[in-house]
Amino acid sequence: MSIIVNHVSCVFDEDSNMPTKALKDINLVINEGEFIGLIGHTGSGKSTLVQHLNGLIKATEGAVYFNGEDIYDKDFDKKKLRSKVGLVFQYPEHQLFEIDVFSDVCFGPKNLGLSQKEIELRAYKALKQVGISDEYFYQSPFALSGGQKRRVAIAGVLAMEPEVLILDEPTAGLDPKGRDEILTMIKKLQTEMGITVILVSHSMEDVAEYVDRIVVMNQGEILYDAEPKEVFGHYRELEAIGLAAPAVTYIMEKCREAGFPVDTKATTVLEAKNEIWKIFHK
Amino acid sequence: MLRDITLGQYYQTDSVIHRMDPRIKLIGTIIYMISLFLYKNITVYLLAFLFLIIVIRISKVPFRFMIRGLKTVMFLLLITSVFNLFLTKGEPLVSIWKLTITKEGLANAVYIVIRLAFLIIGSSLMTLTTMPNQLTDGLEKLMRPLKFFKVPVHEVAMMMSIALRFIPILMEETDKIMKALMARGADFEGGKLLDKAKAMVPLLVPLVISAFRRANDLAMAMEARCYQGGEGRTKMKPLQYKRIDYMAYGVLALYLLAVILLGRLYPLSLIS
Repeated sequence: MSIIVNHVSCVFDEDSNMPTKALKDINLVINEGEFIGLIGHTGSGKSTLVQHLNGLIKATEGAVYFNGEDIYDKDFDKKKLRSKVGLVFQYPEHQLFEIDVFSDVCFGPKNLGLSQKEIELRAYKALKQVGISDEYFYQSPFALSGGQKRRVAIAGVLAMEPEVLILDEPTAGLDPKGRDEILTMIKKLQTEMGITVILVSHSMEDVAEYVDRIVVMNQGEILYDAEPKEVFGHYRELEAIGLAAPAVTYIMEKCREAGFPVDTKATTVLEAKNEIWKIFHK
Repeated sequence: MLRDITLGQYYQTDSVIHRMDPRIKLIGTIIYMISLFLYKNITVYLLAFLFLIIVIRISKVPFRFMIRGLKTVMFLLLITSVFNLFLTKGEPLVSIWKLTITKEGLANAVYIVIRLAFLIIGSSLMTLTTMPNQLTDGLEKLMRPLKFFKVPVHEVAMMMSIALRFIPILMEETDKIMKALMARGADFEGGKLLDKAKAMVPLLVPLVISAFRRANDLAMAMEARCYQGGEGRTKMKPLQYKRIDYMAYGVLALYLLAVILLGRLYPLSLIS
């Protein structure tokens, strides 16, 4: 169960006099059960890349394999792929349309041609997973708050029971509390349900605490693909492309510069605390 | 999938046509349209064709962009020509079942196809070479005399420019929502007509909502900057004719003259 992106390039407006090279020779392997953070500045091609993973955009060059099958094969079932690789777009709450929350979540499974019972069961499960309580089920989705709407929209994709869940900037425009709630919920989905998660973001703070692996993109190319600790070690290079390491990294760097023997590889607040604690205990 | 619609699209490049004043392009398009409908005359159409080809070459816009604009109205073109073909009375040519193709009908069908095709290519040439805001600037200036008749010229122009500005935004939005729905297993390609219409509902609801949201935001932003209509408003880049524009007017006048002369002196009609 994996996705392999093999030498994928993508050019937009190919026939105009100003073609845009959105992706340049991308190679990427996504393994089962991983939690990957896809990071990049605005316009770095991260949204374009994830839309290749479920076949919404066809690569100009190269191939994408899902579980060993070429998704550009003529008889490859795109609909099935999209149910296996769930993609939650930016501001998904702008795409709600049904008269009540429950029927909106039903839309995905209904398109899969399941029985009515199965559809409702899945919708119920998905709504519970994202933490929407029963009293909201039959309200209009437009009556909910921003954070709740986003949960409903995520549930709409979860109800298809995907093996891979891709979320494009799921925390954009949310307050810190809503942000933490959404991210914790996603982490829970990954650990408890074994779903592979790809989190697209431009904020290092967002991903540092949750992901196992970070892929950094810049101008359509993959710059780094490694564990968070290693990636944040390159914080000067990250700054050069308009990104930044988490605040913790900077504090640890400053500590080291001031002569304290700390490990600068600490990426989460907890790790940093333990590192600093060690100094006092020596 | 929505990239095929070229209506109102701008093609960015640097050419003499692109640099011209929008007013001359507007008037030029109107004159060209009139020239197409003045005479039913093959020689005139040949001249119109030549003129169009030359202008397209000067504009540096690839020819396939014009054709793309034509593709969207292909259906309309087909229907009008078919109606003309079968429903014009006159000297019968061929008769199939109850339908007769007359000589006049055939001629009319050919004329209508030529006229509409040239008309659409001509006007898409204007939008391809003129930025929407320039276009509305030009319109506002051209319509200024109407102010005398209490026509709210500035407001109309502003509405037009906003409408034009929103075409690509809404198109992008449509594309995004479609993709989001496809990611949830929606199917826009297959199915019968009724299924297709049904598949549109989940697309239209969010689209309309977002259009209202954007309109609201825009109104708020305009008010925040104290926008209050055209009274006493000046332009940052006022339109000014340059030498090239006067030359273009000359060329246009010559073209119109040539059309009239050809139409009068060499009437070469399909039906004698």
